Amino acid sequence: MTSETQTQVTSMQGDLALPRSNGEPVFAAPWESRAFGIAVALNEGGAYDWGDFQRRLANEIAAAPSDAEGTGYYERWLTSLESLLLDYGMVTQAELDARTAVYESGEIDDD
Amino acid sequence: MSRNHSGERHPEPQPYAALRTKAIDSLLVEKGLISTDAIDARVQAYEQDIGPLNGAKVVARAWTDAEFKARLLADGTSVVGEMGFFGAQGAEIVALENTPEVHNVVVCTLCSCYPWPVLGLPPRWYKSDAFRARIVIEPRAVLREFGLTLGDSIEVRVWDSNSDIRYMVLPERPKGTDGLSEEELVPLVTRDSMIGVAKAESPTRAV
Repeated sequence: MTSETQTQVTSMQGDLALPRSNGEPVFAAPWESRAFGIAVALNEGGAYDWGDFQRRLANEIAAAPSDAEGTGYYERWLTSLESLLLDYGMVTQAELDARTAVYESGEIDDD
Repeated sequence: MSRNHSGERHPEPQPYAALRTKAIDSLLVEKGLISTDAIDARVQAYEQDIGPLNGAKVVARAWTDAEFKARLLADGTSVVGEMGFFGAQGAEIVALENTPEVHNVVVCTLCSCYPWPVLGLPPRWYKSDAFRARIVIEPRAVLREFGLTLGDSIEVRVWDSNSDIRYMVLPERPKGTDGLSEEELVPLVTRDSMIGVAKAESPTRAV
């Protein structure tokens, strides 16, 4: 991880802090780590400014706080990522909905 | 056996968030905005590599700044906090100095307490029953298995981390590093050297 992104991502404090248990990152499911990796990798590639993502995440968390165990954190993360991708035109709502429906139907399983 | 049991890899319906993440993932990859490898690498870096660098910076500064070293040994928690490494959940961080006479090694015999703000995630072996039990009983033998053979004249001290105190080892500065700057010393400070199961790297090996 480049140091700037690393610092920005891991130094988020308070409600924005990444869920950890005894210091270890906590991903409750594979999709959570995937959503984490997508946001960080895009940022490192210069696709957007981390502060923009962080503001979206702060808004999402303020609207629906996670509980003490961090449940819901990565749902907020995913919503923030999605709004950022749409606003930047990296994906369209139609593309996203169509592709989600394909996965939902079980026609593709590329795990 | 039904077709569902033999043929399907996901017997449970997946949550919406998982499907949505897959959709985002696949679209971004198709558009060339991101690669699967880059995503994997970021997750792996976060899970495994973040921590030891912080500790290495602490050690390198202690090697080059005597006043800093004295303060680190006197009050590790404050000094580490000054460098911006927080979050040990209220636990003190205590630095233990290795010298030609004394070698320190850290364990958590109860579970896996670890000074993670400075060292990141504990390696798997740190959490193993074998390491936790044996390092206390036969530290020299265990250290030999890590490739570290200590002379009989060197005193080995084993420190048991717990929820109140997390220990980190300040390894000896390697020989032949007199001309190196603080930044150049950082890569010599390995995670294992700060747990005490290895010495810091020598400059030739690290390059």
